[in-house]
Amino acid sequence: MPQFLKNKKTRHDFVTYGLVILAFIVVSFMQANHMIPRMIAGQLVPICAYIVMAISLNLVVGVAGDLSLGHAGFMSVGAYTGIVAAMSLAEAVPNDGIRLVIALLVGAASAALAGFIIGIPVLRLSGDYLAIVTLAFGEIIKEVVTCLIVGVDERGIHALFNLTGKLTVDDLGLTETGFAIIKGAQGAAGTETISSFFAGFLLVMVALVVVLNLVRSRTGRAILAVRDNRIAAESVGISTTKYRMIAFVVSAALAGAAGALFGNSFSQLSATKFDFNMSILILVFVVLGGLGNMRGSIVAAAVLTILPEALRQFSDYRMLVYAIVLIIVMIATNNDTLKNLISRVLPKRTSLEEEVRADA
Amino acid sequence: MTVFLQYLVNGLSMGSVYAIIALGYTMVYGIAKMLNFAHGDVIMIGAYISFCVTSYLGLPAVVSVLAAVVVCTVLGILIERLAYKPLRQAGPLAVLITAIGVSYFLQNAAQLIWGATPKNFTSIVSFQVPAFLKAYNVSAVSLVTVVACLVIMAALMWFTGKTKMGKAMRACSEDKAAAQLMGINVNRTISMTFAIGSALAAIAGVLLCSYSPVLQPTTGSMPGIKAFTAAVFGGIGSIPGAFVGGILLGIIEAMAQAYISTSLANSIVFAVLIVVLLVKPAGLFGKYVPEKV
Amino acid sequence: MSSLTGTFNPVMNRRSVIAGVAGLGATSILAGCSDSASEGGSGASDGAAFKIGAIGPLTGAAASYGNSVCNGVELGCKDFSTDEFPLTSKAEDDVADGEKSVNAFNSLADWGMQALVGPTTTGASIAVAEVANSDPKVFMMTPSASSPDVTANKTCVFQACFNDPNQGENAAVKLAEMFPDEKFVVFYNSGDPYSAGIRDAFVAKAAELKLEVVDEESFKDDSQTSFTNQLTKAKDAGATMIFAPIYYTPASVLLTNANEMGYEVKMMGCDGMDGILGVEGFDTSLAEGLFLMTPFSADEEKNADFVNAYKAAYDEVPDQFAADAYDAVHAIVMAMQEAGLAIDADPAEIAEKLPAAVTSIKVEGLTGTLTWNDKGEVEKDPMVYVIQDGKYVAA
Repeated sequence: MPQFLKNKKTRHDFVTYGLVILAFIVVSFMQANHMIPRMIAGQLVPICAYIVMAISLNLVVGVAGDLSLGHAGFMSVGAYTGIVAAMSLAEAVPNDGIRLVIALLVGAASAALAGFIIGIPVLRLSGDYLAIVTLAFGEIIKEVVTCLIVGVDERGIHALFNLTGKLTVDDLGLTETGFAIIKGAQGAAGTETISSFFAGFLLVMVALVVVLNLVRSRTGRAILAVRDNRIAAESVGISTTKYRMIAFVVSAALAGAAGALFGNSFSQLSATKFDFNMSILILVFVVLGGLGNMRGSIVAAAVLTILPEALRQFSDYRMLVYAIVLIIVMIATNNDTLKNLISRVLPKRTSLEEEVRADA
Repeated sequence: MTVFLQYLVNGLSMGSVYAIIALGYTMVYGIAKMLNFAHGDVIMIGAYISFCVTSYLGLPAVVSVLAAVVVCTVLGILIERLAYKPLRQAGPLAVLITAIGVSYFLQNAAQLIWGATPKNFTSIVSFQVPAFLKAYNVSAVSLVTVVACLVIMAALMWFTGKTKMGKAMRACSEDKAAAQLMGINVNRTISMTFAIGSALAAIAGVLLCSYSPVLQPTTGSMPGIKAFTAAVFGGIGSIPGAFVGGILLGIIEAMAQAYISTSLANSIVFAVLIVVLLVKPAGLFGKYVPEKV
Repeated sequence: MSSLTGTFNPVMNRRSVIAGVAGLGATSILAGCSDSASEGGSGASDGAAFKIGAIGPLTGAAASYGNSVCNGVELGCKDFSTDEFPLTSKAEDDVADGEKSVNAFNSLADWGMQALVGPTTTGASIAVAEVANSDPKVFMMTPSASSPDVTANKTCVFQACFNDPNQGENAAVKLAEMFPDEKFVVFYNSGDPYSAGIRDAFVAKAAELKLEVVDEESFKDDSQTSFTNQLTKAKDAGATMIFAPIYYTPASVLLTNANEMGYEVKMMGCDGMDGILGVEGFDTSLAEGLFLMTPFSADEEKNADFVNAYKAAYDEVPDQFAADAYDAVHAIVMAMQEAGLAIDADPAEIAEKLPAAVTSIKVEGLTGTLTWNDKGEVEKDPMVYVIQDGKYVAA
C-alpha cells in the first residue's frame, strides 16, 4: 500500500473517487448497450448537475454550518452566464466540448463573484437570520434575472435591464445575423444542448476533489473549527468571516458550474426554475444524505431525482407518496426511540460509523 | 394624492393579511423554535374549508369561518403530534425538512381532494362601504381585514400576557427545561401554540382569499414565505413585531409595484428586509440575545 | 435565536442514508406493483393500437390547462379510433416545467409512443421539441404552445394553435375595427412567453394602426393573486378598455378586482381566456360583455357532439385547450392515412413521413378549418366572441 493511502481519511476519499468512477463506467456501458430506459438516460446530465449542487451545498451547510436557503440563485447565475457564453461563442469555438468547458468556467466565475458580493452582508449574520437572508437573495437573483434581456450579434453581446417590463428583444437593436439568447422573463430559448454525461461526470469528480481536499486542508480544519465553536475558534485567532467566506465562495462557484451544465442541457430555461423550491430540493438531498457526508449527498441526489420519475405509475399520488416518504425517513432517522429499535435489529457496525466520521 | 392614498390602502389591506399570517408564524416560532414551513398550506386548507361550506353546503359566511377554524385547529394539533413531536430531540434541520415534507403533503392532498383547477373564492364580506371611503379603494374586505388584524393582535397580547396558559407559553419560550421543572406541561403548551397558530391561519386563509380570490393548492405558499419574511422583519417571536412587520411589508410591496417596478416588487421587499437585518440583526422589535461565552 | 443551526449534529450517520434509501426503494417496488392508471383510449387493449402520447401539467398551478389537453387527447383517441386504425393514449405530467417535460417525453418514448400531442405550455414545449427533433425523432404536435420558438428550425414539430405574433396582430386589427376610440391598457404576464409574445406583437401593430395605448401593466406567476395596484394605475391613466392576453385564472381575478374597485372597463382577451365561465365559484355575471378572440366556442351548434361527450366523460365544459388537442389527434390520424403509414410504423419513420402529409391535409375541426405551412404553423381564422347571458356569441 502506498504511503499516502495509509491515512484513513485519504483512503476513504479515494474509495469515494473510485466508486464514482465505477458508477460512471457501469452506466456508460449500460447506456452503450441500450440497457437503461430512455427515461433514465435522459436524466443523466441533470443528475450530475444535482449531485454537484448537493456537494457544494453540503460544503456550506454541512461543513461550514451555515444554513443557506438560496443556493438555487447561484445555480441560476451560472446557468445564464454559461448559456450566454456557450451561445455567443458558437461560431468562434466550433467544438462543443471546449465550448462547454468555457461555459462551465464562466458560470463558475460569475457565480463565485455573486457569492462573494452576497457573502459580505450574509456572513455577518448567523442561524435563522442567515437562512432567511439567503432565501431573500435567492428570490432577488431570480427576479433580477427575469429582467435581463441579452442578445448577441457580430458586434458583441448586448444586454438590457428591463425594469419597467416594457422593453423587448427588439430594443436590443441586433443586426440581421444577431439573435436573442435570454428574453427576459421568458428565459432562454433555443439553446443548443451541448452538455454530455461525460462532462457531467468530470464536473462531479472536480467538485469532489475540490471539496474533499479543501476539507482535509488547514483551511478546512479552520472551517470545521468555526462550525463547531465559533467563539473558541475566534479566541485562537481564526478569522471566522474569512473561513466561512471561503466555503461560501467555493460552494457558489461549484453551484455556478453545475448551473452552466444544467442550462446547456435543455433548449429552454426560465428563471423561475431556480426558485425557493429548487433550493429546498437541494437541501433535502444534503440532509437526507447526511451533513458533511459527500458520498451520502451523491447517493441522495441521484436517488431522489429518479424517484419522482420512477413513481410515475402512481400518477396523481406520486408527490403525496414522496412527501410521506420524506417525513417518515426524517422521523425514522432522527427519533431516538426508533433509532434504538433499528440499531437493536441491525447488527452493530461501528467501523462504518468511524468511516463516515472521517468524512466530515 | 388620491392615487397615493389608494396605493396606501391597497398596501394596508394586503399588509393586514400578511400580519395575521405572520402572527401565527411568530407564535409557533417563539415557543417551538421551529420554522413551520407548512403554515402557508394550513392557510390554504382553511380557505378550501370555508369555500366548501359556503358553496357546497350553502351555509352563511360566519359558519364557514368557524368551520375553517375548527378544522385547521385540529389539523395543526395533528401535524404537531404526528410529524413534529417525534423530532423534539432531533436537530433543527431534521425538523425543517419534515416541515417541508408536511407542506408538500398538504398541497398534494388538497389537490387530490379538491382538484388542481383553481376555484374563485367568493368574498365572505359583502356590505356597502361608505362613499367617502370608496373613493380611496377601501373595500369591505380591507375594512374587515384591518379590524380583524387589530383584534387578533390585541387578543394575543392579552392572552400571552395575562392568562395562565399564556404565561406558560412565555416560560417555555424562555427556557423549556426550567419551565418543565416549574411544573409546566411543555408538550401540552406546544400543542396549544400550534392550535392557536393554525386557528389564525384559518382566519388568514379566508381573508386572503376574500382579498385575492384565486384558490388552488399552491395558494398559501407565496403569502406564507412573505409573511415569514414579515415576522423576521419585525423580530421573530415578537407579537407587535409581526403586526408591524406585516403591515410594513404590504405597504412597501404596494409602493414598489406602483412607483418602481411590478417585476421587481418582491426583490425590493426582500432588499429592505436585508438592510433591516444588517442594521438591527434581531429585527425591528426582536430582543438581541448576546452569545454567551 | 439560532434554532436551526445552533446544535448541528455534525455527522448524520451513514445509517440515515441506508435507512433513507431502503425506504425509498420500498416505495419504488410498490410503484412497480400498482397498475398504470393514466392509460386510456380505445378498446384495442391487446397492444395492436397506434400509441399517442400526451404531456401537460396535471399537477401544480397550471394543472387545469394540462388536464384539458390530456382529456382532449383521450377523447380524441376514443372518437377517431376505428377497427382498422385503433388508437390508444397515455398522459404524463410535466408540472409545466421543461426538465420534467423532457422526462415525461422520455418516459412516453419508453412506452412506445408513436406520435406526441403536447406539451401544453410553451416553455416545456420548446425543451421537448428539441429532444423530439433529435435522433431518434418523434413526431410532435403541440395543441397549445404558441411561441414561434417551438417550431423554429425543426422538421417534425407542429402547432395546432395560433402562434403568438399572429394572434397579437390579429387582436390589434380586430380592436381597431371594433373599438377605434377606446383608450387601451395592455395587461400581461411578463413571465409567460405566451402572454408576453402576444403583447409584443400587439403593441407593435397597435402603434401602426394608431390605437391609443395609454398604459401597460404586467404581473408574474407568483404575483397573480391580486391586481388592485395595477388596476389603480390603469384607472389613473384613463384607460377605458383592457387588452389582456392572459389565461383565464388570472383573468377571473382581474375582473373580480375591477368590480370591487368599481372600475367600469371593457375587456378583451385571447384564446387562453376561454374557460373563464367554468372557473368554480366565479361570478359569471362579471364576465358579461367580455370579448374573446378564440377559435373555439362550446356553444356553437357544430361542436355540440364533442361538448356533450366531453361533459359526459369529465363533467366539465371543454375549453379551447381540449378542442385544440382533439383537433391535433384528428390531424395526426388523417395524416397517417394520407401518408399511408401502417399502425405499427416505427416512430422515426412516422417523424420522417408525417410532416409532408400534415402540410397537405385540411382538417375540418372544432377550431375551424386547419391547414399547416411547412414551418409547422397552423393556419386558421380567428373569431371574436362576446359573452352574453353566460354564452359565447359571435361578435
